[in-house]
Amino acid sequence: MIPELGHFALILALGIAALQAVVPIVGWRTRDSRLLAFAGSAAQGQFLCVLLAYVCLTSSFITKDFSVAYVAENAHTQLPLIYRISAVWGAHEGSLLLWTFMLSSWTFAVSVFNRRLPAELGALVVSILGMISVGFLLFLLLTSNPFERLFPVPLEGRDLNPLLQDPGLAIHPPTLYMGYVGFSVAFAFSIAALLTGKLDAAWARWTRPWTTAAWMFLTLGITLGSWWAYNELGWGGWWFWDPVENASFMPWLAGTALIHSLAVTEKRGILKSWTALLAILAFSLSLLGTFLVRSGVLVSVHAFATDPSRGLFILVFMGIIVGGALTLYAWRAPKLASDGELNLFSREGLLLFNNVFLVVACGAILLGTLYPLVLDTLKLGKISVGPPYFNAVFLPLTVPLFVLVGLGAVVPWKKGRVGETWKRLRIPAMAAVAAAIILPFALEGRATIVALAGGLLGSWTIFAAVQDVWRRARAKPSLLSGLINVPRAIWGMTIAHVGLGCWALGVAFVTSYGFEQDVRLAPMAEAALGAYSFGFQGAIETKGPNFIAQQGTVTVEQGGRPVATLNPQKRFYPSQRNVQTESAVDVGLTRDLYVSLGEAFDDGSWSLRIYVKPMIRFVWLGGVLMFIGGGLAASDRRYRLARAAERSAVSASGATAA
Amino acid sequence: MRFAIPLIVLAGLIAVFFFGLQHDPRELPSPLIGKSAPAFELPIVPFPASDAPPLRLTASELKGKPLLVNFFASWCAGCQVEHPFLMQLAQTGTVELVGIDYKDADADLRAWLGQKGNPYAPILADLEGKVGIDWGVYGVPETFVLNADGVIVYKHIGPMTAEAWKTKIRPLLGAGA
Amino acid sequence: MIRRLMSGLAFVITATNVQAQVVTEKPPIPLTAEQDVRFRELLPDLRCLVCQNESIADSTAPLALDLKYEVRGLVAQGKSEREIKKYLTDRYGDFVLFRPPFDARTALLWLGPGLLVLLGLLALVLHVRRTRQAHAPSGPVDAAALKKLLDEQP
Repeated sequence: MIPELGHFALILALGIAALQAVVPIVGWRTRDSRLLAFAGSAAQGQFLCVLLAYVCLTSSFITKDFSVAYVAENAHTQLPLIYRISAVWGAHEGSLLLWTFMLSSWTFAVSVFNRRLPAELGALVVSILGMISVGFLLFLLLTSNPFERLFPVPLEGRDLNPLLQDPGLAIHPPTLYMGYVGFSVAFAFSIAALLTGKLDAAWARWTRPWTTAAWMFLTLGITLGSWWAYNELGWGGWWFWDPVENASFMPWLAGTALIHSLAVTEKRGILKSWTALLAILAFSLSLLGTFLVRSGVLVSVHAFATDPSRGLFILVFMGIIVGGALTLYAWRAPKLASDGELNLFSREGLLLFNNVFLVVACGAILLGTLYPLVLDTLKLGKISVGPPYFNAVFLPLTVPLFVLVGLGAVVPWKKGRVGETWKRLRIPAMAAVAAAIILPFALEGRATIVALAGGLLGSWTIFAAVQDVWRRARAKPSLLSGLINVPRAIWGMTIAHVGLGCWALGVAFVTSYGFEQDVRLAPMAEAALGAYSFGFQGAIETKGPNFIAQQGTVTVEQGGRPVATLNPQKRFYPSQRNVQTESAVDVGLTRDLYVSLGEAFDDGSWSLRIYVKPMIRFVWLGGVLMFIGGGLAASDRRYRLARAAERSAVSASGATAA
Repeated sequence: MRFAIPLIVLAGLIAVFFFGLQHDPRELPSPLIGKSAPAFELPIVPFPASDAPPLRLTASELKGKPLLVNFFASWCAGCQVEHPFLMQLAQTGTVELVGIDYKDADADLRAWLGQKGNPYAPILADLEGKVGIDWGVYGVPETFVLNADGVIVYKHIGPMTAEAWKTKIRPLLGAGA
Repeated sequence: MIRRLMSGLAFVITATNVQAQVVTEKPPIPLTAEQDVRFRELLPDLRCLVCQNESIADSTAPLALDLKYEVRGLVAQGKSEREIKKYLTDRYGDFVLFRPPFDARTALLWLGPGLLVLLGLLALVLHVRRTRQAHAPSGPVDAAALKKLLDEQP
C-alpha cells in the first residue's frame, strides 16, 4: 500500500510540476497576476507530494519491506536503523528521489521567501525550477522507479554496501545534493533575468543568499566525502581526482567564482552577462556530475551500476535544459546593459582575476576528466588521466588565487592605490613570511619547498583576512563593540578565507611530511615510523550487528610514552560476501596516526599499513570553516530586511556596503 | 558573436557523450595486435596426469597454423561460463585451443577439467602470472587469436561466446575454419 | 549512493565461490635506498588496471601486486623510469599510465590549461579595454563625483 502511495505521489507531483512550469510563464506573457501567484501554490503542492513519496520510501526501509525491490537490494534484517534510513539514498533510484526531494524543497523555500521579489521575477524563478523538476520526475517515473515491487518477496535483503555503513556517508550525499540542487536556484534566477531583460544590482542581491547557501552545502558535502574516504578506504588518501570527485569539484569552483561575481554585480552593477553565464555554468556542471555518475561513461570508484539507457535520458535532459539556457543567453545577453568602467587594480578587478583563475581551474579539470573519453570516442586509443596530471595542472593555479584572496578584501572598490594597499598589508605579509619559515621547523624539524609555499600562502590568507576584520573593528570606539558591529557578511567572508588558508596549510604539510610504511608484524613486534613506535599486539575475532571481524590491537608510543591504542578491523559482511577494511585513526590537530590491516599470514603475523599524517585535520577544518563562513554570509541582515527591496528596486547601483 | 561560444562548446560535449555512451570504458584494447606472440617458455601440464618428466613449450612452437590462446583458471567464474562453448569448439576441430592456466593450483585444475572436460591441446601452467603480464592480460578469461605466422590478430576479453566466435573470430581465421 | 567495488573484490568473490587463486608469496626484491625512493615515486604514476581509478601504489588487487613486483624488479635492474613505463605500455597500452605521455594526441591535454590561462587573461584585458572606451571620462562634474567616491571608505 505504502509504496503504491509513494508512487502515486510522484505521479501527482509530476502533474503539479508541469503546471508549475507552464502557468506562470503564461501569466508573465499575459500579465495576469493570478497566474503568476499560482507558481507559489504549485511549488508548495509539489513539495508536499514529493515529501510524501520520500516518507513512503523511508518507511518501507524502516519496516524492512522486502517486497519493494529497491529495499531488498539495499537493506538487511540486521542493518541498524540509522543505516536503514540512510540506505534510502544508497543507490541510484533512491538517491534520485532524494535529489528530486531537495529540488522541491529549495523551490518551496524560494516560493516562501519570494515576497521581497517582484512578483514576476519570483514566479518565473519558480516556473523554471518546475521545468527542472519535471525532468527529474520523468526520469524517476520512466527509468528509475524506487517503488518497483518484487515477487516473490525475499526473506532477506542484499544489505547496504558496507562502505556506506558509516556516519560520514550518512550525511555526505544529502549535503552534497543540497549544494548541487541549490545551484538550480541561481540558474533559475539567471534564466528569469535573461527572459525579463532585467539584471541589475538588486537582482544580484536577491540571488546572492541562495547561491551562498548552495555553495556552503556543497563545500560541506565535498569535505565530508573527503573525510569519509580517508577513514573508510584504507589508504590514508583524502582526494583521488576520481571523475566523480571532479564532478563535484567543478561546480564548486564555478560556484565560488559565482558568489564573488555576484558581489561585484551587487556592488557596482557590472559584469552582468558574465554573472548570468556563471550561474548557468554552475548548475550545468551539477547536471554533468549527475550524468557522469549514472551513465557508465567513465570508470569511477563512485559510479552507480551503469545503464546506458539512463545515461541517454540524462544526456537528452541536459541538452534541453543547458542548451535552452545557453541559447537564451546567446540571444538575450547582448541586450543587458553595457558594463561600467573597470579598473584592474580595484576590488572588482581583483575579483575578476579571481574568476579567471577559478574558471580556468574548472576548465582544466574538465579537460582532464573528459579527455580519455574524447580520445576513445575518436578511436585514438585509451589513455588514463590521473592524479599526477591534475596535481601538476591544478596546484600552480591555486598560487595566484591565494595571493588574490589576501589582496581582495583590502583593495577598495573602483580604484585601489598600491601605496595604501601595501601599508595595510605589509604586516600580514611579513607575518606570513615569518610563519612560513617557522612552521615547518617547529612542527617537523625540516622544511620542504611545498611546505614553505603552502605555509606562506596559507598564512598570508589567514593573516590578511584577520587583519581586515581587525581594522574594521578598530574604527569603532571600543574593540569589542567594533567586532560585534562588523557586518555578519564580513565575518562570513573572513572565516571562509581563514578556512581556505587552513586548507592550504593542511594540504602542504600532509603532502610534504606525511609518510607511510607497509610492514609485516608478528604479535608483540614493533615498527618505528618517524618519532613513533607502533607495537602490534595480535588480532582477535569480534562480531558486529551484521558482520564478523578480525580486530587487531596496535599500541603507539612516542619517546617511550604511550600515545594511542588503535583497533583496526577487517570486516566480513556475510550478506554481501564482502570484505572491508576498517582503519583505525588516532586523531590529533597536528597529526593523525593511522593503521589499517592488510593480510593475515599462517604464523599469526599480519601485514599492516601505517601512516603518520601531519596537519591533515586542517584540510577538513578548512572545509568546515568555509561552511560556517558561508552560513554567516548568507544570513546577513541586509538580505532579510523587507524594506531594502523597495529601496533598491528604484536605484540601479545603490546598495548597502558589503 | 562571442555569446554563442558556450552553446557551441556544449554541442561538442553532447556529441562526445552521445558517442561515449556506446563505448565500454573498461575494455582495454591490446597493443599487441599485429605483433608476434610474446616469447615464453612454460611447462606443459600433462592431462591426464603422468609421471613422465614434464615437457616445456616455447612461443616459437605456436607457429604453423592459426590457433586460439586462452588464458583461464579454475577459480574464475567467467571461465566456467565459457567452458561449454570451448568444449564444443574443441570437438568440431575447427581450431586448436592452447590453454594457459593462470595462477592456478594443479590439484584445482585437474579437479575442474577432470570433471567438466578438457578442450585444450595443450595446457600450459603460468603459475606466477608472469607470462600473463607479458601478454597484457589483466583478468581471466582472455583469448588471443594467432594466425599461422604466430602473429596476434585479435584479443577477446571476457568469456568466449558463440556470437563473438561467429562474427569476429572465425572470419579472421580465413580458410580452414 | 556511492557504490564502490573494492579493488580486489572481484577476486574475493570468486574465491568464496570456487577455489582460491594461488597467491605465491614472493619476498620483496632488495633495493638500495636511492632505488627505493625512485620506486616509490614511480608507483603513483601507474594505474591498477582492474581497480576503479587506483594506482598500483595503493591497490591490493592481485594484478596490482604482481605489477608492483615486476616494477620493483626492473628498478633493481637499474632500468630508467622511461624504460619501465615502456615495458608496461608495450603490454597494456597507455592506459596503464596515470601521467599521460606527451605526444601528438595529448598535446592539447597538457598545453590546454596554460592556453586557457592565457585566453582568460586576454579576455579580461580586452573587456577592460572595451569598457574603458565606452566610458571615456567627461566633464569636471564627473571628476569631482568620482573623487568623492574614490575617497569613500568601503
